[in-house]
Amino acid sequence: MLRRFRLEEPGSIPEASALLARHGETARIYAGGTELLLVMKEGLARYERLVNVKKIPGLDQIKLDNGSICIGALVTHRRLATDGLIMQHLPALVALEKNVANIRVREVGTIGGNLCFAEPHADPGTLLLALGASVIAAKGNDRREIPIEKFFVDAYESALADDELLAEIRIPRLPARSAGAYLKFGYLERPSVGVAVFLTLEGNAVREARIAVGCAGPTPRRVSAAEELLRGKSLDEASRRLDEAGAAAGRASDAISDLHGSKDYKEHIVGVLLKRAFTQAAEQCR
Amino acid sequence: MASLTNRPHGAQTMAISLEVNGKTYELEIEPHELLLDVVRDRLGLTGAKRSCDVEVCGACTLLLDGRPVSSCTLPAFEARGKRVETIEGLAAGGKLHPLQESFIEHGGFQCGFCTPGMILAAKALLAENSNPSDEEIKHFMHGNICRCTGYKKIIESIHAAAEKLRR
Repeated sequence: MLRRFRLEEPGSIPEASALLARHGETARIYAGGTELLLVMKEGLARYERLVNVKKIPGLDQIKLDNGSICIGALVTHRRLATDGLIMQHLPALVALEKNVANIRVREVGTIGGNLCFAEPHADPGTLLLALGASVIAAKGNDRREIPIEKFFVDAYESALADDELLAEIRIPRLPARSAGAYLKFGYLERPSVGVAVFLTLEGNAVREARIAVGCAGPTPRRVSAAEELLRGKSLDEASRRLDEAGAAAGRASDAISDLHGSKDYKEHIVGVLLKRAFTQAAEQCR
Repeated sequence: MASLTNRPHGAQTMAISLEVNGKTYELEIEPHELLLDVVRDRLGLTGAKRSCDVEVCGACTLLLDGRPVSSCTLPAFEARGKRVETIEGLAAGGKLHPLQESFIEHGGFQCGFCTPGMILAAKALLAENSNPSDEEIKHFMHGNICRCTGYKKIIESIHAAAEKLRR
Protein backbone atom coordinates (compact mmCIF):
# COMPACT_ATOMS: atom_id res chain seq x y z
CA MET A 1 0.00 0.00 0.00
CA LEU A 2 1.20 3.45 -0.83
CA ARG A 3 0.54 6.01 1.89
CA ARG A 4 -0.97 9.37 1.09
CA PHE A 5 1.42 12.09 -0.08
CA ARG A 6 1.03 15.50 -1.61
CA LEU A 7 2.24 15.99 -5.14
CA GLU A 8 4.10 19.10 -6.24
CA GLU A 9 4.70 19.67 -9.92
CA PRO A 10 7.20 22.48 -10.45
CA GLY A 11 7.70 23.77 -13.97
CA SER A 12 11.32 24.82 -13.56
CA ILE A 13 14.50 23.90 -11.70
CA PRO A 14 14.42 27.03 -9.47
CA GLU A 15 10.84 26.21 -8.48
CA ALA A 16 11.80 22.62 -7.74
CA SER A 17 14.82 23.53 -5.62
CA ALA A 18 12.76 26.11 -3.73
CA LEU A 19 10.20 23.41 -2.90
CA LEU A 20 12.95 21.05 -1.78
CA ALA A 21 14.54 23.76 0.35
CA ARG A 22 11.19 24.60 1.95
CA HIS A 23 10.17 21.05 2.76
CA GLY A 24 13.56 19.51 3.57
CA GLU A 25 13.56 15.85 4.44
CA THR A 26 9.79 15.57 4.28
CA ALA A 27 9.95 15.87 0.48
CA ARG A 28 11.63 13.75 -2.15
CA ILE A 29 12.09 14.10 -5.88
CA TYR A 30 9.97 11.81 -8.03
CA ALA A 31 11.39 11.10 -11.50
CA GLY A 32 9.88 7.75 -12.45
CA GLY A 33 9.40 6.11 -9.09
CA THR A 34 10.50 2.60 -9.99
CA GLU A 35 12.77 2.52 -6.93
CA LEU A 36 11.25 5.19 -4.70
CA LEU A 37 7.68 3.91 -4.75
CA LEU A 38 8.86 0.40 -3.85
CA VAL A 39 10.40 1.56 -0.59
CA MET A 40 7.45 3.86 0.10
CA LYS A 41 5.00 0.99 -0.42
CA GLU A 42 7.04 -1.15 1.98
CA GLY A 43 6.95 1.66 4.53
CA LEU A 44 10.77 1.82 4.55
CA ALA A 45 10.66 5.50 3.67
CA ARG A 46 7.93 8.05 4.25
CA TYR A 47 7.58 11.38 2.50
CA GLU A 48 4.81 13.88 2.98
CA ARG A 49 5.45 15.28 -0.45
CA LEU A 50 6.79 14.11 -3.77
CA VAL A 51 8.20 16.68 -6.14
CA ASN A 52 7.47 15.45 -9.65
CA VAL A 53 10.28 16.86 -11.80
CA LYS A 54 8.91 15.32 -14.98
CA LYS A 55 7.07 18.54 -15.84
CA ILE A 56 10.32 20.51 -16.04
CA PRO A 57 11.10 21.10 -19.71
CA GLY A 58 14.50 20.21 -21.15
CA LEU A 59 15.53 17.50 -18.71
CA ASP A 60 14.85 14.71 -21.19
CA GLN A 61 17.35 15.61 -23.91
CA ILE A 62 20.18 13.55 -25.34
CA LYS A 63 22.73 15.65 -27.19
CA LEU A 64 26.36 16.12 -28.15
CA ASP A 65 27.92 19.18 -26.61
CA ASN A 66 31.54 20.23 -26.62
CA GLY A 67 32.96 16.73 -26.91
CA SER A 68 30.58 15.22 -24.39
CA ILE A 69 27.45 13.17 -24.70
CA CYS A 70 24.88 14.87 -22.49
CA ILE A 71 22.01 12.86 -21.13
CA GLY A 72 19.14 14.61 -19.35
CA ALA A 73 18.20 13.20 -15.96
CA LEU A 74 14.70 12.28 -17.15
CA VAL A 75 15.84 10.07 -20.03
CA THR A 76 14.44 6.58 -19.46
CA HIS A 77 16.47 3.39 -19.57
CA ARG A 78 14.46 2.36 -22.58
CA ARG A 79 15.41 5.47 -24.53
CA LEU A 80 19.09 4.98 -23.71
CA ALA A 81 18.81 1.44 -25.05
CA THR A 82 17.32 2.60 -28.34
CA ASP A 83 18.61 6.13 -29.00
CA GLY A 84 20.62 6.63 -32.19
CA LEU A 85 23.20 8.98 -30.71
CA ILE A 86 23.87 6.67 -27.76
CA MET A 87 24.11 3.66 -30.09
CA GLN A 88 26.66 5.51 -32.19
CA HIS A 89 28.84 6.78 -29.36
CA LEU A 90 28.26 4.54 -26.36
CA PRO A 91 27.44 0.98 -27.44
CA ALA A 92 28.46 -0.32 -23.99
CA LEU A 93 25.78 1.86 -22.37
CA VAL A 94 23.20 0.57 -24.86
CA ALA A 95 24.12 -3.03 -23.96
CA LEU A 96 23.83 -2.21 -20.25
CA GLU A 97 20.53 -0.38 -20.57
CA LYS A 98 18.98 -3.21 -22.59
CA ASN A 99 19.43 -5.41 -19.56
CA VAL A 100 18.42 -3.14 -16.68
CA ALA A 101 15.71 -4.90 -14.63
CA ASN A 102 12.87 -5.67 -17.06
CA ILE A 103 11.05 -3.96 -19.91
CA ARG A 104 8.48 -2.26 -17.66
CA VAL A 105 11.10 -0.76 -15.36
CA ARG A 106 13.14 0.35 -18.39
CA GLU A 107 10.08 2.12 -19.82
CA VAL A 108 9.40 4.13 -16.66
CA GLY A 109 12.67 4.38 -14.75
CA THR A 110 14.99 7.29 -15.51
CA ILE A 111 18.78 7.46 -15.50
CA GLY A 112 18.71 10.44 -13.12
CA GLY A 113 16.40 8.66 -10.72
CA ASN A 114 18.56 5.57 -10.85
CA LEU A 115 21.73 7.49 -9.94
CA CYS A 116 20.14 9.67 -7.25
CA PHE A 117 18.48 6.74 -5.52
CA ALA A 118 21.98 5.22 -5.24
CA GLU A 119 20.68 1.71 -4.77
CA PRO A 120 23.87 -0.38 -4.46
CA HIS A 121 22.56 -3.15 -6.70
CA ALA A 122 22.17 -1.00 -9.81
CA ASP A 123 24.00 -1.06 -13.12
CA PRO A 124 24.52 2.40 -14.70
CA GLY A 125 26.76 4.04 -12.08
CA THR A 126 29.47 1.40 -12.50
CA LEU A 127 29.84 1.92 -16.24
CA LEU A 128 29.64 5.71 -15.85
CA LEU A 129 32.62 5.48 -13.48
CA ALA A 130 34.68 3.62 -16.07
CA LEU A 131 33.62 6.06 -18.79
CA GLY A 132 34.81 9.04 -16.74
CA ALA A 133 31.38 10.66 -16.54
CA SER A 134 30.27 13.58 -14.44
CA VAL A 135 26.89 14.91 -13.40
CA ILE A 136 25.53 18.43 -13.42
CA ALA A 137 23.81 19.33 -10.16
CA ALA A 138 21.36 22.23 -10.30
CA LYS A 139 19.95 24.49 -7.61
CA GLY A 140 18.08 27.64 -8.51
CA ASN A 141 20.09 29.05 -11.40
CA ASP A 142 23.39 27.63 -10.13
CA ARG A 143 25.07 24.62 -11.67
CA ARG A 144 28.02 22.59 -10.46
CA GLU A 145 29.73 19.65 -12.06
CA ILE A 146 30.40 16.62 -9.86
CA PRO A 147 32.73 13.88 -11.09
CA ILE A 148 30.85 10.61 -10.81
CA GLU A 149 33.55 9.29 -8.40
CA LYS A 150 32.40 11.91 -5.93
CA PHE A 151 28.68 11.39 -6.54
CA PHE A 152 28.11 8.09 -4.76
CA VAL A 153 28.64 8.71 -1.05
CA ASP A 154 27.13 5.58 0.48
CA ALA A 155 24.31 3.14 -0.10
CA TYR A 156 21.23 5.23 -0.97
CA GLU A 157 23.18 8.44 -0.50
CA SER A 158 24.48 10.80 -3.18
CA ALA A 159 26.54 13.98 -2.99
CA LEU A 160 23.54 16.15 -3.90
CA ALA A 161 22.47 18.74 -1.36
CA ASP A 162 18.88 18.50 -0.12
CA ASP A 163 17.74 21.23 -2.47
CA GLU A 164 19.81 20.19 -5.49
CA LEU A 165 18.61 18.30 -8.55
CA LEU A 166 20.58 16.15 -10.89
CA ALA A 167 20.03 17.85 -14.24
CA GLU A 168 22.33 16.04 -16.62
CA ILE A 169 24.94 13.32 -17.02
CA ARG A 170 27.97 14.14 -19.17
CA ILE A 171 30.10 11.43 -20.70
CA PRO A 172 33.24 12.39 -22.63
CA ARG A 173 33.28 11.14 -26.21
CA LEU A 174 35.45 8.09 -26.54
CA PRO A 175 38.92 8.72 -28.02
CA ALA A 176 40.00 6.66 -31.03
CA ARG A 177 40.58 2.94 -30.40
CA SER A 178 38.59 3.04 -27.18
CA ALA A 179 35.72 0.96 -25.91
CA GLY A 180 33.85 0.19 -22.75
CA ALA A 181 32.23 -3.02 -21.58
CA TYR A 182 29.93 -3.81 -18.67
CA LEU A 183 29.13 -7.30 -17.45
CA LYS A 184 27.06 -8.40 -14.49
CA PHE A 185 26.10 -11.58 -12.74
CA GLY A 186 23.48 -12.42 -10.18
CA TYR A 187 20.88 -14.99 -9.33
CA LEU A 188 18.26 -12.74 -7.76
CA GLU A 189 16.35 -9.96 -9.49
CA ARG A 190 19.23 -7.54 -9.04
CA PRO A 191 22.89 -8.16 -9.88
CA SER A 192 25.31 -9.50 -7.25
CA VAL A 193 28.28 -8.00 -9.02
CA GLY A 194 28.80 -5.66 -11.99
CA VAL A 195 32.16 -4.86 -13.59
CA ALA A 196 32.90 -2.13 -16.12
CA VAL A 197 36.12 -1.80 -18.12
CA PHE A 198 37.13 1.12 -20.32
CA LEU A 199 40.21 0.79 -22.51
CA THR A 200 42.12 2.94 -24.95
CA LEU A 201 44.72 1.15 -27.06
CA GLU A 202 47.73 2.73 -28.72
CA GLY A 203 49.76 0.56 -31.03
CA ASN A 204 49.70 -2.74 -29.24
CA ALA A 205 49.62 -1.21 -25.79
CA VAL A 206 46.96 -0.42 -23.23
CA ARG A 207 47.23 3.34 -23.04
CA GLU A 208 44.35 3.80 -20.62
CA ALA A 209 42.46 1.34 -18.45
CA ARG A 210 39.65 2.38 -16.12
CA ILE A 211 37.91 -0.32 -14.15
CA ALA A 212 34.92 -0.03 -11.85
CA VAL A 213 33.08 -2.53 -9.70
CA GLY A 214 29.48 -2.15 -8.60
CA CYS A 215 26.83 -4.00 -6.56
CA ALA A 216 29.45 -5.84 -4.45
CA GLY A 217 29.57 -3.16 -1.74
CA PRO A 218 27.66 -0.02 -0.71
CA THR A 219 28.67 2.07 -3.75
CA PRO A 220 30.20 1.47 -7.16
CA ARG A 221 33.89 2.34 -7.11
CA ARG A 222 36.96 2.61 -9.30
CA VAL A 223 39.54 -0.07 -8.53
CA SER A 224 42.81 1.68 -9.30
CA ALA A 225 44.96 -1.20 -7.99
CA ALA A 226 43.66 -3.30 -10.89
CA GLU A 227 43.97 -0.47 -13.41
CA GLU A 228 47.63 0.06 -12.55
CA LEU A 229 48.44 -3.57 -13.32
CA LEU A 230 47.15 -3.16 -16.88
CA ARG A 231 47.81 0.46 -17.86
CA GLY A 232 50.87 0.97 -20.06
CA LYS A 233 51.31 -2.75 -20.69
CA SER A 234 51.25 -4.46 -24.05
CA LEU A 235 47.93 -6.16 -24.76
CA ASP A 236 49.63 -9.55 -24.42
CA GLU A 237 51.14 -8.72 -21.08
CA ALA A 238 47.94 -7.13 -19.83
CA SER A 239 46.05 -10.25 -20.88
CA ARG A 240 48.51 -12.39 -18.90
CA ARG A 241 47.98 -10.18 -15.87
CA LEU A 242 44.19 -10.40 -15.87
CA ASP A 243 44.07 -12.99 -13.07
CA GLU A 244 46.18 -10.71 -10.92
CA ALA A 245 44.12 -7.65 -11.89
CA GLY A 246 40.89 -9.53 -11.19
CA ALA A 247 42.10 -10.48 -7.72
CA ALA A 248 43.19 -6.90 -7.04
CA ALA A 249 39.81 -5.60 -8.21
CA GLY A 250 38.04 -8.08 -5.97
CA ARG A 251 40.05 -6.95 -2.94
CA ALA A 252 39.44 -3.31 -3.78
CA SER A 253 35.72 -3.76 -4.44
CA ASP A 254 34.68 -3.28 -0.80
CA ALA A 255 32.49 -6.36 -1.16
CA ILE A 256 30.15 -7.20 1.68
CA SER A 257 28.33 -10.44 2.44
CA ASP A 258 24.61 -10.15 1.89
CA LEU A 259 21.68 -11.94 0.25
CA HIS A 260 23.41 -11.61 -3.10
CA GLY A 261 26.43 -13.63 -2.01
CA SER A 262 29.30 -13.80 0.44
CA LYS A 263 32.24 -11.42 0.31
CA ASP A 264 34.57 -14.17 -1.02
CA TYR A 265 32.07 -15.21 -3.65
CA LYS A 266 31.60 -11.66 -4.91
CA GLU A 267 35.34 -11.04 -4.99
CA HIS A 268 35.76 -14.15 -7.09
CA ILE A 269 33.00 -13.10 -9.50
CA VAL A 270 34.62 -9.66 -9.84
CA GLY A 271 37.75 -11.40 -11.14
CA VAL A 272 35.81 -13.54 -13.60
CA LEU A 273 33.83 -10.61 -14.96
CA LEU A 274 36.89 -8.36 -15.16
CA LYS A 275 38.66 -10.84 -17.46
CA ARG A 276 35.65 -11.17 -19.71
CA ALA A 277 34.93 -7.43 -19.80
CA PHE A 278 38.57 -6.63 -20.57
CA THR A 279 38.59 -9.11 -23.43
CA GLN A 280 35.31 -7.74 -24.78
CA ALA A 281 36.47 -4.11 -24.58
CA ALA A 282 39.86 -4.93 -26.14
CA GLU A 283 38.15 -6.62 -29.09
CA GLN A 284 35.94 -3.60 -29.63
CA CYS A 285 38.89 -1.18 -29.59
CA ARG A 286 40.43 -2.66 -32.70
CA MET B 1 -18.15 6.37 -8.13
CA ALA B 2 -17.42 3.91 -5.34
CA SER B 3 -14.18 3.58 -3.42
CA LEU B 4 -13.54 7.23 -2.73
CA THR B 5 -13.67 5.96 0.80
CA ASN B 6 -12.11 7.47 3.88
CA ARG B 7 -10.66 10.47 2.16
CA PRO B 8 -9.56 12.79 4.93
CA HIS B 9 -10.59 16.40 4.95
CA GLY B 10 -8.14 18.50 2.96
CA ALA B 11 -6.69 15.59 1.00
CA GLN B 12 -5.23 16.65 -2.33
CA THR B 13 -7.24 15.52 -5.31
CA MET B 14 -6.50 15.65 -8.99
CA ALA B 15 -9.01 15.66 -11.83
CA ILE B 16 -7.59 13.48 -14.55
CA SER B 17 -8.75 12.36 -17.95
CA LEU B 18 -7.51 9.13 -19.42
CA GLU B 19 -8.52 6.77 -22.20
CA VAL B 20 -8.96 3.14 -21.22
CA ASN B 21 -9.61 0.62 -23.99
CA GLY B 22 -10.81 3.40 -26.28
CA LYS B 23 -13.18 4.97 -23.77
CA THR B 24 -12.46 8.30 -22.09
CA TYR B 25 -12.81 8.52 -18.31
CA GLU B 26 -12.79 11.64 -16.17
CA LEU B 27 -11.71 10.69 -12.66
CA GLU B 28 -10.90 12.44 -9.46
CA ILE B 29 -7.94 10.74 -7.85
CA GLU B 30 -5.45 11.28 -5.08
CA PRO B 31 -1.73 11.37 -5.95
CA HIS B 32 -0.94 8.13 -4.12
CA GLU B 33 -3.55 6.04 -5.95
CA LEU B 34 -1.93 3.39 -8.07
CA LEU B 35 -2.97 2.75 -11.64
CA LEU B 36 -3.66 -0.91 -10.85
CA ASP B 37 -6.13 -0.01 -8.10
CA VAL B 38 -7.88 2.62 -10.21
CA VAL B 39 -8.28 0.22 -13.12
CA ARG B 40 -9.39 -2.72 -10.98
CA ASP B 41 -11.47 -1.08 -8.26
CA ARG B 42 -12.84 2.01 -9.90
CA LEU B 43 -13.21 0.86 -13.50
CA GLY B 44 -13.95 -2.77 -12.65
CA LEU B 45 -11.34 -4.12 -15.04
CA THR B 46 -9.86 -6.97 -13.03
CA GLY B 47 -7.74 -8.67 -15.67
CA ALA B 48 -4.53 -7.11 -14.38
CA LYS B 49 -3.46 -8.80 -11.14
CA ARG B 50 -1.57 -7.68 -8.07
CA SER B 51 0.97 -10.39 -7.44
CA CYS B 52 4.60 -9.63 -6.50
CA ASP B 53 3.81 -5.91 -5.98
CA VAL B 54 7.48 -5.04 -6.66
CA GLU B 55 7.65 -4.72 -10.50
CA VAL B 56 9.17 -8.14 -10.94
CA CYS B 57 6.46 -10.61 -12.00
CA GLY B 58 4.50 -8.78 -14.70
CA ALA B 59 1.02 -9.92 -13.61
CA CYS B 60 -0.09 -6.26 -13.32
CA THR B 61 1.25 -5.28 -16.77
CA LEU B 62 -0.83 -2.69 -18.60
CA LEU B 63 0.02 -0.76 -21.74
CA LEU B 64 0.40 3.00 -21.38
CA ASP B 65 0.50 4.64 -24.80
CA GLY B 66 1.39 1.19 -26.10
CA ARG B 67 4.30 0.57 -23.73
CA PRO B 68 4.26 -1.99 -20.90
CA VAL B 69 4.24 -0.70 -17.33
CA SER B 70 3.95 -2.25 -13.86
CA SER B 71 0.63 -0.77 -12.81
CA CYS B 72 1.19 -1.97 -9.21
CA THR B 73 3.91 0.65 -8.79
CA LEU B 74 2.77 3.41 -11.13
CA PRO B 75 0.75 6.31 -9.72
CA ALA B 76 -2.51 6.75 -11.61
CA PHE B 77 -1.67 10.40 -12.31
CA GLU B 78 0.96 9.13 -14.75
CA ALA B 79 -1.90 8.05 -17.00
CA ARG B 80 -3.15 11.65 -17.37
CA GLY B 81 -4.00 12.30 -20.99
CA LYS B 82 -2.71 8.89 -21.98
CA ARG B 83 -4.08 5.75 -23.52
CA VAL B 84 -4.34 2.69 -21.28
CA GLU B 85 -4.88 -0.79 -22.67
CA THR B 86 -6.02 -3.68 -20.50
CA ILE B 87 -6.67 -7.28 -21.46
CA GLU B 88 -10.40 -6.52 -21.50
CA GLY B 89 -9.89 -4.21 -24.47
CA LEU B 90 -8.15 -6.64 -26.78
CA ALA B 91 -11.08 -8.56 -28.23
CA ALA B 92 -12.92 -6.57 -30.89
CA GLY B 93 -16.41 -7.16 -32.24
CA GLY B 94 -16.76 -10.43 -30.34
CA LYS B 95 -13.54 -11.78 -31.84
CA LEU B 96 -10.47 -12.50 -29.76
CA HIS B 97 -7.17 -10.79 -30.56
CA PRO B 98 -4.74 -13.06 -32.47
CA LEU B 99 -2.57 -13.25 -29.34
CA GLN B 100 -5.51 -14.46 -27.27
CA GLU B 101 -6.40 -17.02 -29.96
CA SER B 102 -2.84 -18.26 -30.19
CA PHE B 103 -2.44 -18.59 -26.41
CA ILE B 104 -5.55 -20.83 -26.44
CA GLU B 105 -4.50 -22.82 -29.52
CA HIS B 106 -0.94 -23.41 -28.30
CA GLY B 107 -1.56 -23.98 -24.58
CA GLY B 108 0.10 -20.69 -23.66
CA PHE B 109 -1.54 -20.70 -20.22
CA GLN B 110 -2.78 -23.05 -17.56
CA CYS B 111 -3.98 -21.27 -14.42
CA GLY B 112 -4.23 -18.00 -16.33
CA PHE B 113 -3.06 -15.67 -13.58
CA CYS B 114 -0.08 -14.31 -15.53
CA THR B 115 -1.88 -14.37 -18.87
CA PRO B 116 -3.32 -10.83 -19.08
CA GLY B 117 0.12 -9.37 -18.39
CA MET B 118 1.83 -11.90 -20.61
CA ILE B 119 -0.43 -11.10 -23.57
CA LEU B 120 -0.15 -7.34 -23.13
CA ALA B 121 3.65 -7.53 -22.93
CA ALA B 122 3.63 -9.69 -26.06
CA LYS B 123 1.43 -7.13 -27.80
CA ALA B 124 4.00 -4.41 -27.06
CA LEU B 125 6.76 -6.68 -28.36
CA LEU B 126 4.95 -7.44 -31.62
CA ALA B 127 4.18 -3.75 -32.13
CA GLU B 128 7.92 -3.04 -32.38
CA ASN B 129 9.09 -6.36 -33.82
CA SER B 130 6.66 -8.21 -36.07
CA ASN B 131 8.86 -11.29 -36.37
CA PRO B 132 10.85 -11.80 -33.17
CA SER B 133 13.30 -14.66 -32.71
CA ASP B 134 13.10 -16.99 -29.70
CA GLU B 135 15.89 -14.98 -28.09
CA GLU B 136 14.15 -11.67 -28.72
CA ILE B 137 10.94 -13.02 -27.20
CA LYS B 138 12.80 -14.34 -24.15
CA HIS B 139 14.61 -11.03 -23.66
CA PHE B 140 11.50 -8.87 -23.96
CA MET B 141 9.32 -11.20 -21.87
CA HIS B 142 12.01 -11.83 -19.24
CA GLY B 143 10.07 -9.78 -16.68
CA ASN B 144 6.80 -11.72 -17.04
CA ILE B 145 6.79 -14.76 -14.81
CA CYS B 146 4.68 -17.88 -15.39
CA ARG B 147 4.75 -20.74 -12.91
CA CYS B 148 2.68 -23.19 -15.01
CA THR B 149 3.78 -23.45 -18.60
CA GLY B 150 7.56 -23.59 -18.47
CA TYR B 151 7.45 -20.76 -21.06
CA LYS B 152 7.95 -22.96 -24.13
CA LYS B 153 4.28 -22.81 -25.04
CA ILE B 154 4.15 -19.09 -24.40
CA ILE B 155 6.99 -18.60 -26.87
CA GLU B 156 5.17 -20.83 -29.38
CA SER B 157 1.96 -18.85 -28.83
CA ILE B 158 3.74 -15.56 -29.51
CA HIS B 159 5.35 -16.89 -32.68
CA ALA B 160 1.95 -18.12 -33.88
CA ALA B 161 0.30 -14.78 -33.12
CA ALA B 162 3.10 -12.91 -34.87
CA GLU B 163 2.50 -15.01 -37.94
CA LYS B 164 -1.24 -14.30 -37.86
CA LEU B 165 -0.62 -10.58 -37.44
CA ARG B 166 1.83 -10.51 -40.34
CA ARG B 167 -0.70 -12.05 -42.73
